[in-house]
Amino acid sequence: MPFPPLIAYSHVGKSFGGARGSDRVVAVDDVSLEVAEGEFLAIVGGSGSGKTTLLRLANRLIDADRGTITIEGEDVRAADPVALRRRIGYVFQSGGLFPHMSVAANIGITPKLLGTPPDEIAARVDELLALVQLDRERHRDRLPQALSGGERQRVGVARALAASPRIVLMDEPFGALDPLTRDALGEDYRALHRRLGLTTVMITHDMTEALLLADRIAVMRAGRLLASGTPLGLSQSRNDYVAELLRTPRRQTERLNALLPRDTSA
Amino acid sequence: MSILSDPRWSQALGVLPDYLGNHVRVSLTALALGLAVSLPLAIVARDRRWLRGALLSLASIVQTVPGLALLALFYPFLLVLAAVTLRWFGVGFSAFGFLPAVLALALYSMLPVLRNTITGLNGIDPAILEAAQGVGMTRRQSLFTVELPLALPVMMAGIRTAAVWVIGTATLSTPIGQTSLGNYIFAGLQTQNWVFVLFGCVAAAVLALAVDQLLALIESGLKSRKSARTALGGVGIAALIAVTLVPQVARFSITPTSGTYIVGAKTFAEQYVLSALIAQRLKAQGLSASRREGLGSNVVFDALASNDIDVYVDYSGTLWVNQFHRSDMKPRKELLDDLKGILAKQNITLLGELGFENAYALVMPRKRAEALHIHSIADLAPHAPTLSIAGDYEFFSRPEWANLRKAYGLSFRMQRQMQPDFMYAAVASGEVDVIAGYTSDGLIAKYDLVVLDDPKHAIPPYDAILLLAPKRANDMALQAALKPLLGKIDIADMREANLRASGNNAESSPDAVARWLWEKVSGR
Repeated sequence: MPFPPLIAYSHVGKSFGGARGSDRVVAVDDVSLEVAEGEFLAIVGGSGSGKTTLLRLANRLIDADRGTITIEGEDVRAADPVALRRRIGYVFQSGGLFPHMSVAANIGITPKLLGTPPDEIAARVDELLALVQLDRERHRDRLPQALSGGERQRVGVARALAASPRIVLMDEPFGALDPLTRDALGEDYRALHRRLGLTTVMITHDMTEALLLADRIAVMRAGRLLASGTPLGLSQSRNDYVAELLRTPRRQTERLNALLPRDTSA
Repeated sequence: MSILSDPRWSQALGVLPDYLGNHVRVSLTALALGLAVSLPLAIVARDRRWLRGALLSLASIVQTVPGLALLALFYPFLLVLAAVTLRWFGVGFSAFGFLPAVLALALYSMLPVLRNTITGLNGIDPAILEAAQGVGMTRRQSLFTVELPLALPVMMAGIRTAAVWVIGTATLSTPIGQTSLGNYIFAGLQTQNWVFVLFGCVAAAVLALAVDQLLALIESGLKSRKSARTALGGVGIAALIAVTLVPQVARFSITPTSGTYIVGAKTFAEQYVLSALIAQRLKAQGLSASRREGLGSNVVFDALASNDIDVYVDYSGTLWVNQFHRSDMKPRKELLDDLKGILAKQNITLLGELGFENAYALVMPRKRAEALHIHSIADLAPHAPTLSIAGDYEFFSRPEWANLRKAYGLSFRMQRQMQPDFMYAAVASGEVDVIAGYTSDGLIAKYDLVVLDDPKHAIPPYDAILLLAPKRANDMALQAALKPLLGKIDIADMREANLRASGNNAESSPDAVARWLWEKVSGR
């Protein structure tokens, strides 16, 4: 890596639960991981693998027990957590939109917290609506409950991008969407990532999605980082669990190829 | 005469601005205070389990105390507090009327506000709270821009409940000296003026419903995020406050209250008549007077002693037994002299006796008494085990009853407590055999009842006496206006006056009866 990593985890550990050792659950166990500027990293793992905890440690929604995390070279423990969160975009699992605020108010919330003048926020909101391909007239003043799932997640992405962050963290952002919407949104985000030069860390339990969108994939299980690498690199891993994770998309592709006639129009 | 042409409707309507204004003032102040205390408490307590549990149980316990008792408890508490602040800081405050009512009602309003605020805040989707944190809100920003707006509909439901409770319970603040719509109800019940009772109940209900509906409008506006509806509700509440308070403010600015004599009255018909009579005499002498009626018997004496009211009529035996806790019984004249001395120590002036006694007495139907050859309580004693007795709410716990039982060896088959107005009809109809009635009650003559003699003087004398507040001790104008009443009213006059006051027509208002009484006795 020619540049220093934008996000770096070094021997990070985090446990939850009671004060006594027996009640404690180790969520993240001695993880070291680096994310380079401009990289799209997917963290894949089952539920309870510690992937969500790892993501939240980065913007201090959770504080680590052990190890060091640096963002843009700065130790997060030394940063003010509120200021840190305002310069990192975060897309929540089911959108996490504020139900009492309009689409525009949801998108503009972080710039508002940063004290950006209202007219600048309004212009930025319009720009972002275009960026996530929502219609300004139709969506701007609606409440989240009046939107479809896909539209809500687009608003979630726009909100994460509002304060022009260099880093975007995404917690299973497309998990609850139907396959078509999910595919379209994934592709659209991938394009945005490239165009805006973002550094993205996305959590998913779906290896296929990870393979299709990310530059690099990190696999987690029971709090430990099992492997990380490009799709090609992962395919050479000797870890049984990693191999198992990669076998599923392969098998599905073969079966689909056998079931569906080739699309001749393309 | 049709029901609606009854002049008491217009009488009731005439005092409505005063009663309603006071009612709105005390209710809304209490509600505002309750909200100001409960909301921050709820916010602080919502994620502290112990504090939350403690607060909610405390508020629940307050709720189980009957409203009347809660209000009455605050008066002595504040009296002590006022005495303490006077000693330590040199400033006292009036523990009478507004303040104890506001404090008790505010306490009463806390439970629904606390409970709904905590429920509302804790019911917010954790994902939303995490999003608030994730977009970079501080705890404070999250509370004010996300949590409170989302909890608001649930909180409003609690505020509505609190408002209805407070407006309803405020009718009970009359006995601690706060004018309210309860004045209609207390006065009406005591003087058998059903027009007043009905008017008071309907007015309080309409007020409670109106406030509830306006708050409902705000609530639905908040829920559906329609600001026009919310604003309309807010304007409605503001208009209600303005309409009910403006006449009050105007009145206050015209008449300085310091020069007005405040005449107190307890919660029974005779007291209403006598306070009306006193006020009429003061006005006849060019003095300004207003009445504070329906005061609890535990409140009225303290209110006089601390100068919150200026004059009222009490009874020698009541003060002797209740206020000064004396159990020794003395002859009429001696007791009065002793009492005068005791009162003087508190700078209270015992101006003199009105002329009649309103004593407790055992009363039964004349025919029944004759049939059983009962003339005195001593004659009653052997029959008592087969008879039932009824008394007012305090009689059986008073020392007179203990004295009676001891002196005559009384033991009844059954004893019941009753609303005083209903006792006489109950004994006349045979529902009970004997009642502990009042000697000056007009119903004794009406139902052809007899008062049994008390040859052993187990019941102390109850001379009606005029008492003046410490600050009026040297007020010659006041004393001159009242002196013509002393010794003028005998038991027959008072009984007839009380009978008239219990009637159910326009001539039975305390004012009308007081005028009749004055005409009757002034010539003497």
